[in-house]
Amino acid sequence: MKKIKLIDIAHGRSGDKGDAANIGIIACDNNGYKILEKYLTADLVKKHFEGICLGKVERFELPNLRALNFVLHNTLGGGGTVSLKLDAQGKTLAAALLRMELEIE
Amino acid sequence: MKEKIRIASGQGFWGDLIDAPYNQVFRGEIDYLVMDYLAEVTMSILQKQKNKNPELGYARDIPELMKRILPQCKRRNIKIITNGGGVNPISCANAVLDIAQKLNINNLKVAVILGDDILDRIDEIISSGCNLKNMETNEPITIIKDKILSANVYFGAFPIVEALRQGADIVITGRTTDTGLTLAPMIYEFDWGKNDYDLLAAGTVAGHILECGAQASGGNFLGDWKSIPNMADIGFPIAEAYPNGEVIITKHENTGGRVSSETVSEQLLYEIGDPKNYITPDCVADFTSIKLEDLGNDRVRVYDVKGFPETEFYKVSCSYSDGFSASATLTYSWPEALTKAKSADEILRKRLENLNLQFDEIRTEFMGYNACHGPLAKQLDENDINEITLRIAVRSKDYFSVERFGKEIAPLILTGPPSVTGFAGGRPKPSEVVAYWPALIPKKLVQHQVKIFEV
Repeated sequence: MKKIKLIDIAHGRSGDKGDAANIGIIACDNNGYKILEKYLTADLVKKHFEGICLGKVERFELPNLRALNFVLHNTLGGGGTVSLKLDAQGKTLAAALLRMELEIE
Repeated sequence: MKEKIRIASGQGFWGDLIDAPYNQVFRGEIDYLVMDYLAEVTMSILQKQKNKNPELGYARDIPELMKRILPQCKRRNIKIITNGGGVNPISCANAVLDIAQKLNINNLKVAVILGDDILDRIDEIISSGCNLKNMETNEPITIIKDKILSANVYFGAFPIVEALRQGADIVITGRTTDTGLTLAPMIYEFDWGKNDYDLLAAGTVAGHILECGAQASGGNFLGDWKSIPNMADIGFPIAEAYPNGEVIITKHENTGGRVSSETVSEQLLYEIGDPKNYITPDCVADFTSIKLEDLGNDRVRVYDVKGFPETEFYKVSCSYSDGFSASATLTYSWPEALTKAKSADEILRKRLENLNLQFDEIRTEFMGYNACHGPLAKQLDENDINEITLRIAVRSKDYFSVERFGKEIAPLILTGPPSVTGFAGGRPKPSEVVAYWPALIPKKLVQHQVKIFEV
């Protein structure tokens, strides 16, 4: 087992859809995508965002872009215009996910 | 048929770089300029402006922009497509025609797309059996009906295509999907059919890449952002489209920014849900089919996109008034900046409680510590913190409570923890909270109209 920082192998972008946020994570190379595909599960993402994401996390695969898309429900404090959060649109959540460390074999 | 067309993104939202559309017209060859002005919040703001003055309700940057680009666009036959008509596309068209006359431009056809605004038809639509239930909560719209500020259907590309077929030089729409603005010229120029789903999906994907302006050409890029050249003069994206559905994303030469597989990929993932079901009024695009090839020199080929038949529904976006909110900030300096800010927050909350004010939510964030990443923020050694900005925000159905909150901020300076600054600009005022109600409506209940105005 070794630890790998997500920020060393991926980049991405996040945004809002109502009260849900989406985070697209893109691997920098093919090997990186294999790691994301195998280890970056919806459960791990849900756990990472404990206290931020209050709903379920869905994961979608886009191997054509070497990317995963996560939809985090009930995350933005009521959504764009209702939310009291400084980051009401989840713009910084992609960076927040890149803080994660993955344990890989 | 043209061998290819170049469609330029001129605006990613209302408030984007003012000179971006000007630069797209003047710094290289383009055939179409497309501009997206409408975010959800924009529609309610425009509706309020129209309520005060029936001549308003559209993006007022447009006439000013037209003064600068219209003669050039007319000379080079660059067509302009925008959803900046907001809730009053006819007034927007009139303003553009005024400008054209002042500039002595003749033979200009301005088309307006109408029918998306269903604010006055809500009762009729409900009585026809469509309850416009909330897509997220399934509640019927009747529970917020009295508070609705605006209600618009998202049209797709085909009403714009109709306008182009009638010879329009400029097409001004109300609520149209961002992707439809870019797809429409491809359908028109290459004569794509309503059932050419792969082609419609290809144009839709190009529209998604262009719809946020420079976010596809190096802006807000979370990859190696420091390597993006000359962001001060960032070039907005251009879709070079071919009849077979292939699109090359690029930008004008000698502009800043970058178009690469990485910058385009980030934009493709922006604000999407299930990538296999990217639903628009025109088709359903499969984002997992998209292939990218980085050709170098700020050119990325987008190809092989698969699409499927459109659904029987349009999306509707209603905005409604849902109480009031306000936020305030105060900045505390070293030593123990975070401890001071936390203490100020406690004092303020105690005072609000003692006043018996009613809030739906009070939210505290410590900027410089945890405002962006919340519980993920690393523990800080207070000796290393130079300053922390306390940000506190409230929301309530009760105007008075929010107003009184605003009066409790400045007193903290003389009645709370020390070394505090940053309170300027007066008491924070309550602002109206505008909430959204997304719903679906059967397409057969809505009819678009194309109107042409000429000088």
